[in-house]
Amino acid sequence: MIRKMISGVVGSGVALGFASTAFAQAALIKAPTAAQQLTMINKGDTAWLLVSSALVLMMSVPGLALFYGGLVRTKNMLSVLMQVFMIVSVAGMLWATVGYSMAFTTGFTPGLTPYVGGFSKALMRGIDATTAATTFSNNVYVPELAYFVFQMTFAMITPALIIGSFAERIKFTPLIVFTVLWSILVYYPIAHMVWYWGGPDFMKDTPNEAGLLNHWGALDFAGGTVVHINAGIAGMVGCLMIGKRVGFGRENTPPHSLTMTMIGASLLWVGWFGFNAGSNLEASGVTAVAFVNTMLATCAAAVSWAVIEQVVHRKPSMLGAASGAVAGLVAVTPASGYAHPMTAMVLGLVVSPICFFFVTTVKNKFKYDDTLDVFGVHCVGGITGALATAIVASPALGGQGAADYTKFPYVAAPYSISAQLVTQLEAVTITLLWSGIVSAILFFVIDKTLGLRPTEEIEREGLDINEHGERAYNY
Amino acid sequence: MKFIIAIIKPFKLDEVREALSNLGVAGMTVSEVKGFGRQKGQTEIYRGAEYTTNMLPKVKLEIAASDDLAPRIIEVIQQTANTEAIGDGKIFVVDLVSATRIRTGESGETAL
Repeated sequence: MIRKMISGVVGSGVALGFASTAFAQAALIKAPTAAQQLTMINKGDTAWLLVSSALVLMMSVPGLALFYGGLVRTKNMLSVLMQVFMIVSVAGMLWATVGYSMAFTTGFTPGLTPYVGGFSKALMRGIDATTAATTFSNNVYVPELAYFVFQMTFAMITPALIIGSFAERIKFTPLIVFTVLWSILVYYPIAHMVWYWGGPDFMKDTPNEAGLLNHWGALDFAGGTVVHINAGIAGMVGCLMIGKRVGFGRENTPPHSLTMTMIGASLLWVGWFGFNAGSNLEASGVTAVAFVNTMLATCAAAVSWAVIEQVVHRKPSMLGAASGAVAGLVAVTPASGYAHPMTAMVLGLVVSPICFFFVTTVKNKFKYDDTLDVFGVHCVGGITGALATAIVASPALGGQGAADYTKFPYVAAPYSISAQLVTQLEAVTITLLWSGIVSAILFFVIDKTLGLRPTEEIEREGLDINEHGERAYNY
Repeated sequence: MKFIIAIIKPFKLDEVREALSNLGVAGMTVSEVKGFGRQKGQTEIYRGAEYTTNMLPKVKLEIAASDDLAPRIIEVIQQTANTEAIGDGKIFVVDLVSATRIRTGESGETAL
């Protein structure tokens, strides 16, 4: 039904191999007990999931922090680094206290289950070294703590992505308050709607135990909607409500270190293998598919951004190549486990011209100050990827297709590109509306109470010295 | 005594310095500066944002010299820093009223 699609042939092959060799069981067990689940944990899967978690953390710190930091002016460098560092840390604690439970448990009432989880696992109640979490294969489990920390790293990076839209003009403490409220009211519900489900061994008996978009069959392998569209639209709303930087359009605001930006983009690229290939949860053939797709889409997008700059500006820029790589990573995220490597490459080639159009023509035409192009790259790239996933996942194009988990063991589901495209469009729309509207309310309320913007003098002098009492560079 | 201020292209600094050393110039002050003259600036493009930088990086030399050495210094800088292109820079000369060596208190040409 959901995230993982696998062809019928490959699926049954994996299942048979697993049952006969790894655990010497006669047949797959439907709805295994907690004790039985523990015997279905594989050390290789566990190791991969933990390594992936560390890789995704590396995407935030230092990857995203440097990617963003290099693009602002010297006087605001530390504000960006500090915002990312603290958002990551606060979001991590919040995940353990309520986030995981709100995202990955059944609803407080059955009627709430499609939208948000309850508090049964708040404060990590009932999660320890002896509990297991489901994967996308029948009778394959991972330690729940490994799943917990993997998902935690996603909840850490998503709010950090948002700050790029209003970099250089936001007060620190109100931003952290926004992060807490946005995580609770937007991220956890959206993550629940897209990713929560009972698992392949339980869906036959409890088919309604799933988040809304998951139940619809929206395909989002690694978080194109939950992470990128979600953060991208929140950033755009913030940028519009907070307003332009002082001097925007009149003063030059060139990046202070594209060297840092290149290092950051490269760390994002490396870390993204944990993000995408790690999202298969187990270490299998489909994990390798996601890995290769991530590689090829990124190469293609970096090249196509450089080519379009060569054509339009006569000079291919390092910032363009880095932006293209990130756009490719964003676009392939929902498609990573579904596409054929060749269609993933085409997706990479296509996404850069689209994002380029948004960060140059559209942004200049409407004159919004999306400082680091969170909307133009993450939201637009994310939407491109989410819709393209409907096409590239098709078995007719060499994709992995969709799985029907209401059967046990699961089987390949019939696949229709047009029907899937409608489902993807619905998922994108829900995310845009939910995140856009709730973010607008949050920005409004925080602005009226704590205030979002520093004074003009502080903004001119820089956030580093005024908000943090230090300078990034002392020569 | 003369005070010579020369604005030259940064990559010419080492060549000029060597030529002046051969001439017997014992010291100078060098700073990295920015400015504009007839040379056109360059256009930088960062994603959609286009900036024209009209301030270009140059190097400023400051040399205090005796009256008889000054004309030769000017000649050497003019010849060495020359690339026959717009933006090669300028040389300014002003009369120097006094010079004092801080360590010894000597003044006049002996302090140079």
